[in-house]
Amino acid sequence: MSPRPGFVLEVDRSTPPTLFWHGEGFRLERLPVGSRVLYGPEPVAALEDPVSAIRGALLEPLGDSEPLAALLRPGMKLTIAFDDVSLPLPPMRRPDVRQLVIEQVLECAAEAGVDDVVLVAALALHRRMTDAELRHALGDRVYDAFAPHGLLRQHDAEDPDDLVHLGTTDQGEEVEINRRAAESDLLVYVNINLVAMDGGHKSVATGLASYRSLRYHHNPRTMQHSRSFMDQERSELHSSNWRMGRLIARSGVRVFQIETTLNTDTFPEQFRFLQRREWEWTARDRAGFLASSKALERTPPRVARTIFHSIRAPHRMTSVQAGEVEAVHARTTANVYAQQLVAVEGQSDVLTMGLPYICPYNVNSIMNPILVACLGLGYFFNMYRGAPLVRAGGVLVLSHPTPWDFHPGHHPSYIDFFEQVLTESTDPVEVAKFEQAFATDPWYVHLYRTGHAYHGVHPFYMWYWCAHALEHLGAVIVVGGDRAAVRRLGFTPATTLADALEMASDVVGPDPSVLHLHSPPLALADVRP
Amino acid sequence: MTVRGRRGAPGRAGFPWSAPTWPAGLDRPAPEREVGADYDTAWARRYPARLARAVVVDNVTRPLAHVVASPRVEGVELLSLAEAPVILAANHASHLDTPLLLSVLPTGLRHRTVVAAAADHFFDRRWKAHLWAGVLNAVPIDRHRVNRRSADLAAGLLEEGWSLVIFPEGGRSPDGWFQAFRGGAAYLAVRTGRPVVPVHLAGTWRLLPKEGRGLRRGRTTVRFGTPMRPDDGEDARRFGARIERTIAAMADEASSDWWSARRRAAAGTTPPGTGPDASPWRRAWALGTDPSVAERDEPGRWAVRRRRRD
Repeated sequence: MSPRPGFVLEVDRSTPPTLFWHGEGFRLERLPVGSRVLYGPEPVAALEDPVSAIRGALLEPLGDSEPLAALLRPGMKLTIAFDDVSLPLPPMRRPDVRQLVIEQVLECAAEAGVDDVVLVAALALHRRMTDAELRHALGDRVYDAFAPHGLLRQHDAEDPDDLVHLGTTDQGEEVEINRRAAESDLLVYVNINLVAMDGGHKSVATGLASYRSLRYHHNPRTMQHSRSFMDQERSELHSSNWRMGRLIARSGVRVFQIETTLNTDTFPEQFRFLQRREWEWTARDRAGFLASSKALERTPPRVARTIFHSIRAPHRMTSVQAGEVEAVHARTTANVYAQQLVAVEGQSDVLTMGLPYICPYNVNSIMNPILVACLGLGYFFNMYRGAPLVRAGGVLVLSHPTPWDFHPGHHPSYIDFFEQVLTESTDPVEVAKFEQAFATDPWYVHLYRTGHAYHGVHPFYMWYWCAHALEHLGAVIVVGGDRAAVRRLGFTPATTLADALEMASDVVGPDPSVLHLHSPPLALADVRP
Repeated sequence: MTVRGRRGAPGRAGFPWSAPTWPAGLDRPAPEREVGADYDTAWARRYPARLARAVVVDNVTRPLAHVVASPRVEGVELLSLAEAPVILAANHASHLDTPLLLSVLPTGLRHRTVVAAAADHFFDRRWKAHLWAGVLNAVPIDRHRVNRRSADLAAGLLEEGWSLVIFPEGGRSPDGWFQAFRGGAAYLAVRTGRPVVPVHLAGTWRLLPKEGRGLRRGRTTVRFGTPMRPDDGEDARRFGARIERTIAAMADEASSDWWSARRRAAAGTTPPGTGPDASPWRRAWALGTDPSVAERDEPGRWAVRRRRRD
């Protein structure tokens, strides 16, 4: 049976309670009659033979690119860059799509007699991947062939010897990227497009860039002018990356882009109730929900976190395209839209959403309060095209425990940002005044370069991701969160959803219209105001 | 308002303890059918079920078939000309056909054979589906429409090494004469490359007809033909017609002898198995003159009363 498209359900008296993620747990909430619930499309079928599809894409590239085999020759310098641990979410079951693609690229390189090959994880300012994470992403064959010889590297945005300044765009944006990538005869970038924001020129211009370069598009102004950054046509974040990407191409860096899309089959069989519409839950789904939610209520948070982070998603590849960056990305974006777009008529006064245990920046880590804000106000709020799901001055209601808890190894600068910066202001423009001090702090730089820490400036970027939502919304209410942590974020805590909706009516007026963004599966709202 | 544990009307557990209600604004699709063509028979081909069925078929079905139908088996040696799995295509006049045919197959083939059975008749109730899948190793085939699931199921089983009994007429004969053959057996042969073994069953209609009296004892003949394969370029439609002609010739052989039947077949004068195009009584009269049937047309010492189907 072909997958059903997404749709908007109007809640009536017969509608069963709606599932909300709540960190490492779930809640069933009864939404008021007349509320709407946005359900994403069901996962589309995966490619039957992904390896053949990859080989086909390499042989028949898009745009003005030659086939990969024609671009390879003995004696050349080849760099293969790939997306880091932030994609996909949750991490996918083996074989990871990066392994499948990179193995085929290496097959071509071997046939062409290319000796000088280096693999680079495109971290930008993210934490370095662990050996286990690299092995999972690349597979044993690739890892064992490259890592022992130092040919599997992780991009270091603070290594002056491994960065090269390529120039300045007509908007004054400096472009500085990984030297090995820039000086290679061919840079192959292997991407995973989970949402419409990923990929395109952003892969190289962000993933392999330095702080000096990233600050031109990771700032409050850019984020406030990206409406949304899931819609590249209306995203200043993407405009900036596209200017940089074109400058990179003009500088002589030859990029062969390989982009893949995955379906939204996010959770394994034991959590299949998460992906199903509540009124279609079978006895098995209900038993699964009850067993897991009751067990999680009695499980220490640390153990629950370990359980959830051990989930490997059954994501599978739905398309692969290769060749010239913009032509490839146009096809990829169309594929993502085809999988995720849902038409929504009109905005609502109140938007509700349950936030899961994971976002791109806490894989195998802790979802700290700043990441909770980023996931809700940065990612889910921006899952729209056209207009936001909630009207200007409306209220966003999040459901998440929002623990006052940080991973000291992964997020050291987040702790100081939370304690020192958010106590001063929660306005992204005001917050930005503290950016330089964090970005250049030698201790954070040291932890980023030698440990597994996110760059010192990263919590600022997380806060900037919220800038558009913070400017747009009248209030943000967090249900079931740590009250002190929620207040520190500048949000309002609520105990129950009913309380939150009552509080929201103080902002937007009585009998507000409510829309709930149900996830998973992922949905991108095509809102017609 | 968080829903925690039991809620709803007093004394009644609410969702998720009980089944969810359906939003009034949504059309409710028909419930997923787990009977008919959608019934999953995989369990009946697992070893415990196979073992139990082998015991029942060898110790109950087979002796009973021999007592009731006293089969004379001809041409069984021809089965060795084709390597299993094969498609056994037989005419169909009675519910006795399947147990009779299974009981005369060589042991190895008998325990590795599935039976294509009408999904709307044998699998319309859950208990019936369990019974026929378990006892006869039946698989549901949708006979009223082209059903990809049925075709895929049958082809998949052949590819897994299961031989298949199929009745190309799609149902029992109402009067003992053949009905027009359908293309299922030929299609499967073309699709899977497996040979078709034509089988003619004579006499079963007299013992247990589709309509009318109950089971009676008598004699039957099971005749196996030479395994057939589609010729180069022969499509399923033409191959199906050839299968039908072959079984008609085997029926002719049953009413005369092999040499006479071969000569009529060579001359293209084999009488059609569908019987004379005449009024019902003349068709019944013509059938009654079949010596191989007339020989068996004697009531047994006992009869099983059988409820007439509407």
